[in-house]
Amino acid sequence: MNNFGYKQAEDTREAISLIEHNETAKFVAGGTNLIDLWKYNIANPSQLIDINHLAELSEIKTLEHGGLRLGAGVKNADTAYHPVVEHQYPLLSKAILAGASAQIRNMASNGGNLLQRTRCYYFYDAEVPCNKRIPGSGCPAKDGYNRIHAILGTSEHCIAVFPSDMCVALAALDAVVNITGPTGNRSIAFADFHRLPDNRPDLDNNLKKDELITSIDLPEKGFAANYAYLKLRDRHSYAFALVSVATALELKGNTIEDVKIALGGVAHKPWRSTEAEEFLKGKAANAENFSIAADLILQGAKGFGYNEFKIKLAKKAIIRNGLMALNPESQLPGAQPSA
Amino acid sequence: MGLKPQNLHKEPILNCSVTFKINGEERNVSIQPWVSLLDCLRDHLNLTGTKKGCDHGQCGACTVLCDGKRILSCLTLAVMKDGAEITSVEGIAKGDDLHPIQQAFIDHDAFQCGYCTPGQICSAIGLLNEGKAGSREEVKELMSGNLCRCGANVGIIDAIMQVKDGGSYE
Ligand SMILES: Cc1cc2nc3c(=O)[nH]c(=O)nc-3n(C[C@H](O)[C@H](O)[C@H](O)COP(=O)(O)OP(=O)(O)OC[C@H]3O[C@@H](n4cnc5c(N)ncnc54)[C@H](O)[C@@H]3O)c2cc1C
Ligand code: FES
Ligand code: FES
Repeated sequence: MNNFGYKQAEDTREAISLIEHNETAKFVAGGTNLIDLWKYNIANPSQLIDINHLAELSEIKTLEHGGLRLGAGVKNADTAYHPVVEHQYPLLSKAILAGASAQIRNMASNGGNLLQRTRCYYFYDAEVPCNKRIPGSGCPAKDGYNRIHAILGTSEHCIAVFPSDMCVALAALDAVVNITGPTGNRSIAFADFHRLPDNRPDLDNNLKKDELITSIDLPEKGFAANYAYLKLRDRHSYAFALVSVATALELKGNTIEDVKIALGGVAHKPWRSTEAEEFLKGKAANAENFSIAADLILQGAKGFGYNEFKIKLAKKAIIRNGLMALNPESQLPGAQPSA
Repeated sequence: MGLKPQNLHKEPILNCSVTFKINGEERNVSIQPWVSLLDCLRDHLNLTGTKKGCDHGQCGACTVLCDGKRILSCLTLAVMKDGAEITSVEGIAKGDDLHPIQQAFIDHDAFQCGYCTPGQICSAIGLLNEGKAGSREEVKELMSGNLCRCGANVGIIDAIMQVKDGGSYE
């Protein structure tokens, strides 16, 4: 652990100017990931810039064209329990509440959730090589204990998984990430926010070092009638996903008019397949079609020994979750399967 | 590959003056920015009721209430809470009058070694303040952030259900 300086930013402009002039400074929001990584000697910030007092980041508000803007500084719990989120975007609410614990959700911010780092054991151990931590040092997970690791989109350099639950729902809902930085504002579609490891596993996402997430926009369509989030893990609660699935359906009778399916726990980013979603459109919402869609989503899936089981588990989870989305009320608390 | 503790900041790091209201009493500390709220309570303010289990957000032993909400003091820096109102387990009873949750923990044998208990009690009060848990299943889910190595969980949930359904807890 290293020592660091601390400064509270008064507004967005000050936050950007502080980070722009210090290469090794870091923003801190809830601190639930950064302070943990600092204690493990994985993050070594020279200065923390506290962004908890930025008014601009602290609101949830409806957008003119019907969507919802989630401030990056709003806590995960306040987002999940916000009346509009509960009613219009229950899939998001459910995914957030399946993550971490009540205490952590009271601390964790929406922006920080997007930027949380992998829980790969080798990444978390400062004494061993890891391409994500020290580019070029190697990836012990590929031939090591890789039970929690990725089956899709891996590279020879990294098989780490992005661990967020909230982001699986945000991916399914086609959210947009709003960013500000020294050169102005920009927005990134959720699908383009996180990256695959390729030959740069040290980069989790496309945010630049001196940029600040200000908010996340949800489009108007929230799929509130037919949705489900299923999280499968080693422990009933307070554990990261081995496999998770967010399913959002728009139905006419039993026919699928529109569908979004995103997977968590299987790749370096929430995983979607346009091919599978296109296949399902116009089809009946039944196990047979969800099974074909699952095969399309899992095309090219590859295990590394201890995580082989995820391929079968993901297939079953996609089918099960599709059926649960037909009757969201059937789900037990905590993103468990239906009774 | 491990780094030794060092100052990576180019300027000298000064202590920060932090004032919070702890258990109803205003306290001021001059503290280094990297001290967790947990270490601040235990080592600087001599409030050792709050326990350090994992120090990594994985057990809930360090749970305190910050402005009425349950948080983990091990993953919070004291400097981040300047101006906040903190309640630790020492501030739960009113003098000799136990808080109903504390009494319910005794009634239901909701502990053995007692190490997780301060965190469980603060977390349970946070849960009741939030008002989101209805069924026993929901209470269990919303208390999953507090581990009990002695396995007193059934008693803990019984105690919370008694206070929740039995009414008053303030
Ligand atoms: C024991 C434990 C269990 C957990 N279980 C789960 C789980 O099951 N599912 C799950 O999804 N998550 C889980 N989490 C992770 C948790 O959700 C994240 O730690 C949290 O969302 C991070 O948010 P934060 O505000 O605390 O981020 P911080 O720790 O404050 O910051 C994280 C990173 O984001 C940067 N940052 C923060 N905000 C911004 C911004 N607005 N703009 C630019 N940069 C920013 C910081 O500089 C830092 O690099 C768990 C965490 C713990 C400790
Ligand atoms: S000591 Fe804070 S969660 Fe374990
Ligand atoms: S009573 Fe011993 S850990 Fe809970």
